[in-house]
Amino acid sequence: MVVSDMHEMALCESILQIIEEEASKKAFSKVTGIYLDIGQFSCVEPAALKFCFEVVSKTTLAELASININTIPGKGWCRNCLRDIPLSHRFSPCPVCNNRNVIIRQGEEMLIKQLEVA
Amino acid sequence: MCTVCGCEETHTHEHQHEHQLEHAHHHYGNGLAGAHAAGLTQQRMVQIERDILGKNNQYADANRRYCQQHGVLALNLVSSPGAGKTTLLVNTLQALANKAPCAVIEGDQQTSNDADKIRQTGVKAVQINTGKGCHLDAHMVGHAIQDLDVKKESLLFIENVGNLVCPAAFDLGERYKVAILSVTEGEDKPLKYPDMFAAADILLLNKVDLLPYVEFDIDKARAYARQVNPGIRIFELSATTGQGMDKWLRWLEAERQVSVSGAEKALENATHAAV
Repeated sequence: MVVSDMHEMALCESILQIIEEEASKKAFSKVTGIYLDIGQFSCVEPAALKFCFEVVSKTTLAELASININTIPGKGWCRNCLRDIPLSHRFSPCPVCNNRNVIIRQGEEMLIKQLEVA
Repeated sequence: MCTVCGCEETHTHEHQHEHQLEHAHHHYGNGLAGAHAAGLTQQRMVQIERDILGKNNQYADANRRYCQQHGVLALNLVSSPGAGKTTLLVNTLQALANKAPCAVIEGDQQTSNDADKIRQTGVKAVQINTGKGCHLDAHMVGHAIQDLDVKKESLLFIENVGNLVCPAAFDLGERYKVAILSVTEGEDKPLKYPDMFAAADILLLNKVDLLPYVEFDIDKARAYARQVNPGIRIFELSATTGQGMDKWLRWLEAERQVSVSGAEKALENATHAAV
């Protein structure tokens, strides 16, 4: 999939903004690790995200923090079979009945799960 | 202070068309990075569970609420650069003159060329220059809605930055996402950029007057779009010759009426609740 670096840049700016808000709420002044849940279909390129975060976080409380990505596999609901199915691609047909009438149930997540802080 | 988002940037609410909205870009990274917490040096894990796009989605919800309350039908127009968004918009606005109040938010990385073209039709327009940014976000759009002083029961067209990747992920608070694909592009674009065509509610196949001169297979384009989005509604038209524009305009008016009656209904319910 074609992914623009600038898209990851905007996401990194959001991540940093959330971290800064949490820093005042939860009283920490340095972040050493960032743990993300990123869905398989979320259009996030891990390498681009890491690169962009390095750039965005310079001279902030999260400079040099490690980015740890937990990839959430795709899962769908087939409206024909009426059950959960694994999905390898966003627009894959149902592996059981080959129908395309599938709703995505999992795989679009973009969450900050936890932070390792000092 | 801004009433939409509470941001502290100085912000004039005069309706200057040249108003620079770039400040909407300068919020990130200026916050509490220097926050000092004395005596806390031990490493620990902090549970967060926050959506990376949560902020954007909050702004989008605020925009959506504003539009619902005012009976405004907001459309987010997305396409590759050169698919004909601005021409389509100009001709749509000309056709709607004296029929429906309209307002336009124009997103581009640089220049106010597009907003200038829109203003020549007599419709109010605000230009957002995203600078390095490749998409509009809901925060910028919230400010633009304030600047435009969007009239009740208007059609609000938001012309996103020409890009089929990132705008798919950023909800602006629109009622419908409208993707525009012109027949001078490849008919397989819905497969190449599936996220955008999956997120769109409407697909406008533009420049159909050029079909005899290009290799574009319009039936395949429709099939590919339906493959990634079975429910997508498709219009074939040419903004330049006017072919197929009547159906698009009828759809706009019907949807605007739905927004208008939705706002009236909500007001009625609120009044009943108050009594």
